[in-house]
Amino acid sequence: MSEHDTPHGEVVGTSDGHGNGHSDGHSDGYGSTAVRLDQGHVEGSGGLPERFANPGLPPHVPRMSDLDEKGAKRAEKQVAALFGLSSLATVLFIVAYFAIDPEQSGYIPGIGNASLYNVALGVTMALALLGCGVGAVHWAKTLMPDTESVEERHPQRAKDEDRQRVVSELMGGGERAQLGRRPLIKFSLAGALALPPLAILLPLVGGLGPMPKDTLSTTMWKKGDRLVRDPERTPIRADQVTIGSVFHVLPESIKDSEHVLEDKAKAAVLLMRLNPDDIKPQKERDWGHEGIVAYSKICTHVGCPVGLYEQQTHHLLCPCHQSTFDVTQDCKVIFGPAHRPLPQLKITVDSQGYLIADAPFREAVGPSFWERGSA
Amino acid sequence: MNALAARRRHPAAIALLLLLGLILTGVAYSALAPKQADAASTAASSVEDGKKLFLANCATCHGLQAQGTKAAPSLAGVGAAAVDFQMGTGRMPMAAPNIQAPRADEVRFTQEQISSVAAYIASLAPGPAVPEAEYTTGQGGDVALGAELFRVNCAMCHNFAGSGGALTRGKYAPSLRDVEGKHIYEAMVSGPQSMPVFSDDNISPDAKNDIVAYLHEVDKQENVGGMALGNLGPVSEGLFVWIFGLGIMVGFAVWLGKKAA
Repeated sequence: MSEHDTPHGEVVGTSDGHGNGHSDGHSDGYGSTAVRLDQGHVEGSGGLPERFANPGLPPHVPRMSDLDEKGAKRAEKQVAALFGLSSLATVLFIVAYFAIDPEQSGYIPGIGNASLYNVALGVTMALALLGCGVGAVHWAKTLMPDTESVEERHPQRAKDEDRQRVVSELMGGGERAQLGRRPLIKFSLAGALALPPLAILLPLVGGLGPMPKDTLSTTMWKKGDRLVRDPERTPIRADQVTIGSVFHVLPESIKDSEHVLEDKAKAAVLLMRLNPDDIKPQKERDWGHEGIVAYSKICTHVGCPVGLYEQQTHHLLCPCHQSTFDVTQDCKVIFGPAHRPLPQLKITVDSQGYLIADAPFREAVGPSFWERGSA
Repeated sequence: MNALAARRRHPAAIALLLLLGLILTGVAYSALAPKQADAASTAASSVEDGKKLFLANCATCHGLQAQGTKAAPSLAGVGAAAVDFQMGTGRMPMAAPNIQAPRADEVRFTQEQISSVAAYIASLAPGPAVPEAEYTTGQGGDVALGAELFRVNCAMCHNFAGSGGALTRGKYAPSLRDVEGKHIYEAMVSGPQSMPVFSDDNISPDAKNDIVAYLHEVDKQENVGGMALGNLGPVSEGLFVWIFGLGIMVGFAVWLGKKAA
């Protein structure tokens, strides 16, 4: 059967007279049969067939290996070669496993110096597995039968008498168990089945931990807390911070912290010294000390550590999403997805010349959260 | 000659002729090209020699008194460490004005000449000196402590494995692989280009030695097999998997779904 034998657009089920203009064949069937090229624009009749005929499977095209014994032989050889490659690779894997010294490294083009042992094991194992898989697929595609066949699903509905029997079994069972006659059992059973899930839900909800309270809004910084270096935790004298320097800073009170990582993640501060004349806002100058300014290191976008300070442009770049803050303009966002400036920590010096915090952070550091408010 | 003439219309003739022309031009250029001005080579590193070298090689951009011009910053107070770093890594003199001076493979001055220029620049105003050798070899340094210091102070720009990374507007933090300990130390104290200063008051000389020890340890690290893809982390690895891994899988899917010929 060729596809040209089927008349295009032949409709089924329109012979009952409801169809508009289909009953008398091809003469006036415009819009419901295929339009010929020489017909020009044709106004459709709007008459859709009730159902389209199932076009069925496309005609089966035999493969090279079905028609020609030589082709089949060639496919057989190809499959055998792939399986053979797999076996060979496995043998090589075993040889490499024993023969190559795991410490030995050698030059591999495109990779450079690498451990020969790992590379040899990896490549041979990949070939062993790939040879199996590719060979099997090639076998299936070229030599296994490929004629299309359709198997209809059998009806799932059970026979009526079986259904009747199930219902009567169930009803009779309930009757015999005296379910209808003893309501006390019925209601207490309902309660017993309904309540136990609470025993699972309660620990789940209770296990979510205490409410966060204000821990998201506050950090360890408090008035008089010395600025110390991370990770050495040594205090910093103001005269040690030369122009162009950057210090990674923690509060001295971090030594009393019970949850060092949580507290560090909020309290990390970047300390820089600029030429005071480069600083534009008066507030930034007032909150610093002779050009030394301290800003929260936690990005206001999603909380990455903003550490990439360029000392010539005074740009602070966040490595995660390229938010850029201008240190000369109170860490205003000049590029990227962050939309609040980094909070400044007000600092001053104590009687011994060490830098201390003059006040805690005035606003919550880091990214926005539900209860943060807009400040 | 006849054989040559007969083949003059051969398809490869034009390519061959072009290649010959290119090679000739290259040879002629290497013979005739202007050479680097080789001012005064002396044994003693002295301020006087340094000044001569400075005037011959640096003054065009940095000014006759090293006072700086529109094209280059003043060198007063940058210290000998900055000169030794910039010239010792081939960054200076710069080949052309650029957003950032790249490290060059070829250092165009001898260590003596560099020391002379460093002495001259150091004589203009006080600045960080070339560090003592005992702190720059990394020997006896605490690699683990150096790694921690590196992760806190350096890794955000230079990458956890010292592979370097991008900064804003075309600037970048260079790779720290196979860099001399002395130059690592000098970069920290002098803060070249975009890099902030990490003075000895911030990171002590011993701690700097630890950082050098860590970086040298990273240099020695063996590749356990496979492409390192620049040790850049998820960006290059993800890109590789998206392009090649998914490409192979799509290729297999197409092959699986296609009927055999």
